[in-house]
Amino acid sequence: MNVAVLVKLVPDLVEELTVDASGVALDTAWLRLIINEFDDHAIEQGVLLKERSGCQLTIVAPDVEGVDDLLFTASAKGADKLIKIKGDFNGVNNHALARAAAAVIKELHPDLVITGVQANNDLDGSVGPLLAECLGMPYVGYVSGITLSEGKSRARKEYPGGLIAEMDVILPAVLGIQAAEQPPRYVAVSKVRQVMKTASIEEQSAPALEPSGGPTIGRMFQPEAAAHATMITGSADEVATKLVGIFKELGVL
Amino acid sequence: MPETILPNVTIYEKVLAATTHGERLKLCLQCGNCSGICPFGYLMVYPPSRLIAALRAGRFDKVLDTDALWMCVSCYACTAVCPAQIPLTPGLMTLTKEELLLAGNVPSELQSALENTQRYGNPQGESPRKRADWAADIQPEVKLLGKVRQPVDVLWFVGDYSSYHPRVQLISKALAKILSALKVDFGILGPEENSDGDSQRLAGERGLFEMLAEKNGKAFGKYQFNEIITTDPHAYNAIKNEYPALGINYPVRHYTEFLAERIDQLKPLLKTEVKAKVTYHDPCYLGRANGIFDQPRALLEVIPGVELVEMSHNHMNSLCCGGGGGGMWLDGFQWEKAHVRLSEWRVREAHAAGADVLAVACPYETPRFEDATKTVEGAGSLKVRDIAELLGEAMSI
Repeated sequence: MNVAVLVKLVPDLVEELTVDASGVALDTAWLRLIINEFDDHAIEQGVLLKERSGCQLTIVAPDVEGVDDLLFTASAKGADKLIKIKGDFNGVNNHALARAAAAVIKELHPDLVITGVQANNDLDGSVGPLLAECLGMPYVGYVSGITLSEGKSRARKEYPGGLIAEMDVILPAVLGIQAAEQPPRYVAVSKVRQVMKTASIEEQSAPALEPSGGPTIGRMFQPEAAAHATMITGSADEVATKLVGIFKELGVL
Repeated sequence: MPETILPNVTIYEKVLAATTHGERLKLCLQCGNCSGICPFGYLMVYPPSRLIAALRAGRFDKVLDTDALWMCVSCYACTAVCPAQIPLTPGLMTLTKEELLLAGNVPSELQSALENTQRYGNPQGESPRKRADWAADIQPEVKLLGKVRQPVDVLWFVGDYSSYHPRVQLISKALAKILSALKVDFGILGPEENSDGDSQRLAGERGLFEMLAEKNGKAFGKYQFNEIITTDPHAYNAIKNEYPALGINYPVRHYTEFLAERIDQLKPLLKTEVKAKVTYHDPCYLGRANGIFDQPRALLEVIPGVELVEMSHNHMNSLCCGGGGGGMWLDGFQWEKAHVRLSEWRVREAHAAGADVLAVACPYETPRFEDATKTVEGAGSLKVRDIAELLGEAMSI
């Protein structure tokens, strides 16, 4: 069984974010990228599946700063194959990423594709459903546990309010991971360094990046302080009278 | 030398390779002193002597199934009392933690500190770019070596907590002002400084330690200076005792040694009386591990108004604050196991000694002990001050 994990890198919020001169994008001069936390869980879930069912685990990631470290770390955790998609992915939207990744992932003939359910820079929807559409596969998101059996998988899907559903998903499919069954494991630096000497990263070129379908960004800005709230004081009757006056003024009454 | 056969050759060989006099492990007479003096020995399934027994019996794999060894705070108490002089702390205890870590047996709190250190060069996960922000408003200006690009006499290795922890930053500011008042030509690395890595090493992350040492060694190599001083005894220990084996050789002193040498120059500047009964806590990596007991006390004794008193555990017999060997990042884990904190034990002793001020010389200690004064009954009025702060107060700076 082939399991592929699509991973992306996102802006590290430990560093302050600034908007560049164009006013529609982040300034990349000081930007540091970090693995999307949900994708880190997707890797852990992939490693758990490999440990349980002996599947072939491939990690796929776009070629941006820091991707080699990420891939070697995944290898040290147990991934079998590492693929870096070549191309200029800086500032690319999820539509373009999903199309490029789908072209690469298709060639792996995966039985299951997993990826993080969301990321801090999802301006045009999350990657999972877009990827599923490109691959012509079903998608289930907010998954926090997977059991694999011949031809199908059982996914634990989280709903708001503490509800959990278990659903059978016919493979091949794409699952969006909310959390792995256990927190992502620690891997010692010495182990990663060892892997760097032995593991290899396969480079694959994707067709030209195609961002259509995503929104056009008109303006990107830091949160701005809005008008202050008005505190209404007085007895209950006075407050009610004032409120009615305000509502009338605003035209809602 | 009597030969005892050790069935687990791998771990034994690792201990030999990692420590000077590691072969003394064979000399263990199972007296149990180490396990008795260990502040958390009563909670460990395998305290040091039992660990050696398990190793000899070929049952080391059993050790890897427990997590109680994460109670070890690398305080050197076991090493100090061992009649066979076995280097227990840097050898067997640290190596066993390495094995636990490689086996994936790592408490989650420790894991995030190690991951932060890997990525940001500090266990707190703070921005490396902000490492020198604490010094922004200090006059005269603290030289950032990457900016001034000129040789200095002293490179001050500030350290993680001294750079980022809001309480400990006050100590850094005091020390910066003292150095300036003494007209010391000094500079700092700021964003180019990485964690010294010693506590990560003692928590079993040798690879991470080497990575950090390489980065610091590279930064040291870029600039001209005559010696390094450190705020943190752990940094002092790393640069003095561990970095040389990695080809990083620089003369290094803890700031208390450096200032004690200038005590005659300091004395006339100490004009303000600090009227207090002061007790001094020997940090493990300054005292027990490196034999520096007198200089910190000498500095306290020249402060006008200070009356120095000793706690029942002092010098070689000092108690650990609980922050070493990864303890700084295992607070919840250790609390769950012990339901006591070593810092509280220490604060109780300071209070019993009748002290107004608990003086410290390690950046881990001020926040740990200050927290403890809030939970130990009757210790609410005990002040925790770094020696640099007390000197600063006496200098009115």
